[in-house]
Order: sequence, then structure tokens, then C-alpha cells
Amino acid sequence: MASPSPKSPEQSEKNKQYDRQLRLWGDHGQAALENGHICLINASALGTEILKSIVLPGVGAITIVDHNIVSDEDIGSNFFLECSSKGLNRGSETLRLLLELNSAVQGHAVYEPAEQILRDNPDFFKSFNVVIATCLGEKTIQDLAQHLWDLNIPLILCRSVGFLGSFRIQMNEHTINETHPENEQIDLRLDVPFPVLAEYLDAFNIDTVDLKDHGHIPWIVILYKAVQKWQTTNQNRWPMSRKEKNEIKDVIQDFFRKDENGIPIEEENFNEALRAVNTALVPTFLPVKIQDLIYSSSAINLTKESSPFWIMCSALKAFVEAEGKGKLPLRGVLPDMTTSTDHYVKLQSMYRAQAAMEAEIIYRKVQEIVAQLHCDSISEADVKLFCRHAHDLHLMKGSNIAEEYRLGNAIASYIARYLEEPDVMMVHYILLRSAEKFQSEHCRAPGEWEPEGDIAKLKTCVTKLLSDISCTPFPKDDHIHEMCRYGGAEIHSVSAFLGGCIAHEAIKIVTKQYKPVNNTFIYDGASTNTATFTF
Amino acid sequence: MADGESQTLDYQQRRWHNIRKLLERSGPFCHPDFEPSAEILDFIMNSCKVLIVGAGGLGCELLKDLSLMGFKKIHIVDMDTIELSNLNRQFLFRKNDIGLSKAKCAVEFVNKRVPGCEAVAHHCAIQDLDEGFYRQFHIVVCGLDSIVARRWLNGMLVSLLQYNDDRSLDQSSVIPLVDGGTEGFKGNARVILPGMSACIECTLDLYPPQKTFPLCTIANTPRLPEHCIEYVKVLQWTKENPWGSSTTLDGDDPQHVAWVYEKAQERAMKYGITSVTYRLTQGVLKNIIPAVASTNAAIAATCATEVFKLASSCCTNMNNYMVLNMSEGVYTYTFGAEKRQDCVACSNTTRVMEIESDATLQAIYDKLCEDKGYLMKSPGITTIINGRNKTLYMSSIKSIEEKTRDNLKKKITELGLYNGCDILVADATTPNTLTIKLKFSENADVDMGR
Repeated sequence: MASPSPKSPEQSEKNKQYDRQLRLWGDHGQAALENGHICLINASALGTEILKSIVLPGVGAITIVDHNIVSDEDIGSNFFLECSSKGLNRGSETLRLLLELNSAVQGHAVYEPAEQILRDNPDFFKSFNVVIATCLGEKTIQDLAQHLWDLNIPLILCRSVGFLGSFRIQMNEHTINETHPENEQIDLRLDVPFPVLAEYLDAFNIDTVDLKDHGHIPWIVILYKAVQKWQTTNQNRWPMSRKEKNEIKDVIQDFFRKDENGIPIEEENFNEALRAVNTALVPTFLPVKIQDLIYSSSAINLTKESSPFWIMCSALKAFVEAEGKGKLPLRGVLPDMTTSTDHYVKLQSMYRAQAAMEAEIIYRKVQEIVAQLHCDSISEADVKLFCRHAHDLHLMKGSNIAEEYRLGNAIASYIARYLEEPDVMMVHYILLRSAEKFQSEHCRAPGEWEPEGDIAKLKTCVTKLLSDISCTPFPKDDHIHEMCRYGGAEIHSVSAFLGGCIAHEAIKIVTKQYKPVNNTFIYDGASTNTATFTF
Repeated sequence: MADGESQTLDYQQRRWHNIRKLLERSGPFCHPDFEPSAEILDFIMNSCKVLIVGAGGLGCELLKDLSLMGFKKIHIVDMDTIELSNLNRQFLFRKNDIGLSKAKCAVEFVNKRVPGCEAVAHHCAIQDLDEGFYRQFHIVVCGLDSIVARRWLNGMLVSLLQYNDDRSLDQSSVIPLVDGGTEGFKGNARVILPGMSACIECTLDLYPPQKTFPLCTIANTPRLPEHCIEYVKVLQWTKENPWGSSTTLDGDDPQHVAWVYEKAQERAMKYGITSVTYRLTQGVLKNIIPAVASTNAAIAATCATEVFKLASSCCTNMNNYMVLNMSEGVYTYTFGAEKRQDCVACSNTTRVMEIESDATLQAIYDKLCEDKGYLMKSPGITTIINGRNKTLYMSSIKSIEEKTRDNLKKKITELGLYNGCDILVADATTPNTLTIKLKFSENADVDMGR
């Protein structure tokens, strides 16, 4: 009788606590998060809701920059303040209550306003992986954005007023190895089988297979054989057109076993082969997107400061031009298929071994480059991960918020195009920007005290903004009226929605997994509508 | 103390300053019936009763959101206790709370943090509460992790609907249901007006079927590590587990999981399969769905905003189903799910099932389980013969199952059923017994003659 106590080790406490999220970004993603340090400017309800969903998963450290004193309104909308917080520094109070969520997270509170830090101690921001800012004035936004752009530190600018909200991500450049696409393309190389695979496929004779094993022939073998047979009467071409693919399907149908009356017997593996014709016969190719990456100047003109991503791209290029013969390294993943364990394990091992071999070649090239550049080494695990996802590498090139605020021609025509549609979400953007302008001119939010009276003043801001981008004024004042109705109010559930989304974006940036928003997200809780714009 | 009281009143008013702007000011996009006034906040705070179903990832967020939107009379129900793996997102709980009731801890935390909030906890299953309980609420908001439980709750709210003599719906009996669900980086939120708009049953086809592995793969041709784990779970556990053949496999018991993990590894090694890990084993056994704080925060907040709109009428509601996907950028899409005229839960019509006159009881059972309109789990079927209740088949109680098992093979006419008679069906997916009228269709042979 087996002993109840297992020999295998149980999970560590940390692994148990983080189990549900480790299944999404893996141990390496978690390690990146735990090395992360995130700065929040202004612990508004929106700010703390963002940090909540970053502290819970275990970010390394947070720093809150907030010179404000806790008010009654703060307590009414911010969960991370208590009644006793009134009159105290908002940053330190919210920090205290946020850190209760996860004892592994370090936290710091800074009492100076962001403007002062920018003036007196701009290097302060160098220690952060991401800076998140809420409730900033127009001028500070531009100063901060320019400074962080120059320092190459990602910035997420966030707003929440009434039912409206937005966030804008500013990053010079963001590279992603693991985008986790919804449907990963299969990489089977049936058109260019590597030597071990070709040997295996050629040796397989489906005509002499035992009756009981017939239903176990892997569909890729069936497909390969069908193509080979078709090629004998088609000048050894590779089937490309729909007509040709249908001919392949006919060949597969011919392969079906027949009963005594000559009627074809349905076997699952043969049906799988039929279903796979349209997808598995796409010839192996180097995606244009990846080609652009590996031939971009960042990959070619490497320096000591080049990031691991570009160094690996360079090694990838060298591989593609030599051993890869124009193709990316094999992914090495075999989808499940109806077949015997033996066949499957054998095939899977072949794909895995070939992928490992190609990753090894690329790893050696990476080591050569690292030695030449005298830069930090790159681990074999990182190179393997890079190769595994080489087909889905992603580069995001960002734009400067300060540029956006300068409303140059490109930005102006971009906005004008959407306003012409008319796209109400772009109208919300205009209103959010105009309210910001109003704030800097009148030192209060539009409608903060008296909504009706401020409509005309807000309209002036809107009209000015629209004329700066050469657009005609809005036909109706409805949205202007609505913004004045909000009176600068922060509604908790609206901030909570944005908080969840923005926390997630920060995690994407720090873990370098999953594609972030590029680059502006607008939310209208009244219509439950959202939109993404790329400024 | 009079002074303290007036101070509190003033302080409280200032703290709701933000919310009051939405409730005491009109705007061009408000609901046409909306009349801005201080009474609305008074209603929300002192009269509006809201029920939160579930105190987990969504429930904690919902409780926080609603309390900060002014709601005080909140009830929350959850039968679970707190586990370590909850703490990455269920932020009202701490390590010290492990083992305690989720509902009770959540309520204690929020009532302390948000003064004036009078949340009440119910540490029990939703099925343990009756009509009288559910009837007291103005709005129900739901953060459950099970489709079966959702359907039950949906069925309960539908059963509270009242119809006038002319069969029109008495709208005052409608209790709106706001429902949220999340899975990894995806989620959805919807607003249901039972009897008026699409309910949970109306849109069952929006839930994808659960992936299962064919038994022959598991038994004879395993290829993936999951197949090895399933093998131990389905075939080896009962025969070989060291705690006794009648012990149920408990995915929450680390010893059980470790035993399955070891056996799965052995099987995998025998077949040359790699990558059986403890994490994968637990995932397969418990059907673990990945979860993070951020998705739960976003979906719960969406639901809370809709609850606020329902209670205040300050804005029109979402119409009526929103999906959210945060894995690539942030994407949302809102559409109007349609109410089914023949919905087995919410259409106020007689339910009819067409069945062949020479069918067996098994055929009725299968229809109840597989038909898209029913999708039941393990229905118990009874009927009334000569004024007396007769159990035809019930699998939920072992002794009755053994006694009635043979009925499944018998023809329905043998069991006393006839064209136009009613059968009564009970199932985990509905709180009330469903009455279904049997209609005998022509036999297949006769049909082919046409």
C-alpha cells in the first residue's frame, strides 16, 4: 500500500499564493514583476486602484509621490484611506493601507509635488520601471512627459472624471518576446522537412500499415504522403491554390480504408488530415514583420548598450542567413493528434530535438556577440524562449506626449479625421483635454461649483483646441454640458475600472509579455463604450 | 452627542460630494425619467437593498465598489472559506484569515473601512436561501465562478416574477440581475431584467463547452501530460488510492494532488511523455482557471457602475452584454443579447417536449441533458399518476437511484406516461421544479412514409 505522504515536494507558500497568476505569465514573468519598481504620482482613487492590482500580484516596490492632504472627498472615493487619515499626507496614508495587501512589497512615500521634483531632483525618476501619473496639470504633464521620454522611462498618464476616463502610454520603444497570441501558428515544416523528419516521413509506408494501426497514422504523415503523391503529377510543385488544396483533399479521401463493399471507412486521423489541409500546407516563410525586425538598424548597429532583444535579433539574423536557410528556428511544438503514444512521442521528440539544436546554434551566436561587445551575458533560457516565440516577436515604437500636446500637423489631422466620422470617443478625448486646459486657466475643474456658469468658459477652451487642429466647432454643446455636470468629480467605480486596466498595462510593460495598448485608451462608463487611439 | 452627530452628518455629506454631482445635477444624456435630487442618494444609502452573490475575486471588488458608491444595505453570500491562493486578488482577506468564512471576513473589513456601511454576511450556499430572502432585494449582482450556480440564481429571480391577469408582466416584481464573470485576462458583464431582457438561460450557447478528453485516448493512447493525469484521476484513483476506495478525490487536498502527480509521472515515464508538473496536475484536477486582480477589478467595477445606474436612473444602462479582453491592448465590445421566446427559464409559456411514443425514459433523460434548450446536469424526473407522486428516475439519492435505474430502459408508456401528460423535473440548474408537457410525435417509420 502506497504511503500517503508524497515524496514529491509541495509548492512553496509563494507559489501557492501566486498560483493563479503564474499560470498567465510564468515564473520568469513573476521574477520580472518582483524586480519592478513602480512610481505613482498622486494617490487619487484612480491612483490607488491602479496600485492595488499591482501590489496584490507582488511587484517589488512602489513609490507614491503626493504632497496633498487627505480631504473628506478623498475618503469618500478612495478605499485606501480611513476616517483617521483626514488631515494627514495622502501619499503616506494610502501607502500604509496598500502595503497591508502584500507584505512582500516595499513602499516609499515622497511628500514633494511632482513639479518640485522635476525642478530640483529630476534623476529621482531613474529608479523606476514605470511612472504612473494622475491629476496632473497641463504644464506638469508636458514637463514630466518630456523628461521621462528623455530618460527612456515608460509613463502612463491617467484621467478619471465623472463617467469618463482615459490613459495614455508613453514609451520610446517596447520589445516583446512573448505576446501570447490567441492562436499560435503551427510550425510543421512539411514543405521543408529537416533531415530527421524527412527520413522518418519517407520511411513511413501507409499502404503496408497494419489494419489496427491504420487509425493511428499521424495526420501529418497522411498529409505529407498525399502531397508527395500529388506532386508526382504536378511537376513537384507545392500545392498553393484552393483548387490544388482540394485536389490534395481528394488524394486523402483515396487513402481512406474501404470496407467489403468499397465504402470508405471514417477514421479520425484521416479526418484530421482533411481538416488540416488549409492550414498545415502554408509554406514555411519568414514573416515580413520579423524580417523588418532582424534587419532594422537596432539589430545591425549593435553597441554595448544594446538590449538583449536586439542582440538576440542579430543572432537570429545570422541564423536565418546561414543554418536556417531563410527560415526562423523551429518552434518545436507539435499539436495533439489522434495517433498512438509511440508515434506521437517519437514525432514530438524529433521536433523538440531539432528546435533545441537550432536554439543552441543561436545561443552560440549570441555568446559571440556578447563577447565582442563586452556587455552583460544573456542566459540560455532567455535565448530558448526567444527562439520558441521568434515568429511572434513584437516591437512597439512610441510617441512623446509633449509632441501630442504641441498639436503638430500629423496629430491634428489624426484627430480631425476621427472627429469627422463623427467618432464620439474622440469627442471625449477633446473634452478631457479641454477640461485640463480649463483647470490650468481657472484653477478649478469645469462645473466644480456651478455647472451652468462654466459651460460657456469650457466651450471657449474646446473651441480653442479645435481651432488649433483646424476643426470646426462642435454642432451641439451636449458633451460640454455633460463635462460641467461632472464638475471634476471622481466616481469610484469608474476609477476602479480604469485602475484594473492600467494596472494590467503596467504589468505587461514590466514583464514584457502581452501587447500593451498603443497608446491611448478612452472609456465612457455612461455608454459602456471604449476606444483605442494611436497618437 | 448632538454636536458629534451634526459633525458626522456634515462630514458624511462632504464625503459624498463626488457622487452627489451625478445625482443632483441633470445632464443631456441622463435617463429621460431622471429627476436630480438629494433623495436619490438617500434612497441608495438608506433604502436600496443590494445582494452580492459570491465573496471571491469579483465579490470583494463589488463590496468595495458599492460601499464607496453610497450603498449601505448590502448583503453578501458565499459558502467558501479563505485559501492561500485567493490572496493574489481577494484583497479583503489576509493570511491570518485563512480558513475563515469569505463572506464574514469581507463584511467585517468593509464595514470597518467605510463608516456607515451595514453589510451583512451569509456563510451558506445560495440554494440554502429561500424566495423570501431573495425577494427583499432591489438589485442582485453576481460574481460566481460556476455556470450551474448562475442558472440557479437566474431561475430564482425568474420565479419571483408576477404576471397580471392578462399575462402581462408586473414590472414591479422584476429584480434586475447584474452578472459578471472573468477568466484570466478576459471577462464579461451583463445586465439582466428577468422576464424582460435576455436571461442566463436565453444565452447558454455563449458559454463554450468544457474540454474533455476521449476515454480511449486516456486509456490506450496517451500523448499529452494531461492524458496521464486524467488517467490517474478517472481510472486509477478509485482502485489504488491509499485512503480507501470510497474516498473522493479532493483537488484541494495537497496529499491527494501529490499522489496523483506521482502516479501520473510514472505513467508518463512509461510512455515517454514529459512535462507532468505539480502545477499542471493541480490545474487538471481542480479545473483551475487562471485569475488576476486586474481583470476582476475591471469587471466588478463595470457591474458596480450598472448597479449604480439601476438604483439611481442617472444614466441608461448597458444594453446589455459586454465582453472584455485585456490580453492584447484593452478591447471591449457591447451588444444586445436577445431574449428567447421559448426560453425554458424566463418565457412565461408552457414547456413542451416532443418525444416518440415508443421512446424509453432514457431518451427523455438524454434530451434533458443534451438539448440546447435544457442542458441539465442530472435531472430527477417524477410524474403524477392518479393523484400520487411517482418517481421515474432520480440520481441524486443513491437508494432511489438504485431502485429507479431500471426505469430508464423501460418505454415511457409502460411507466404510465401518455400524450399530453406532465413530467416534473428537478435539477441543480434551477431552484424550482420544471413542469414539462410531453407531446408524442409520429414514429420515425411513419414519417418516412410521407
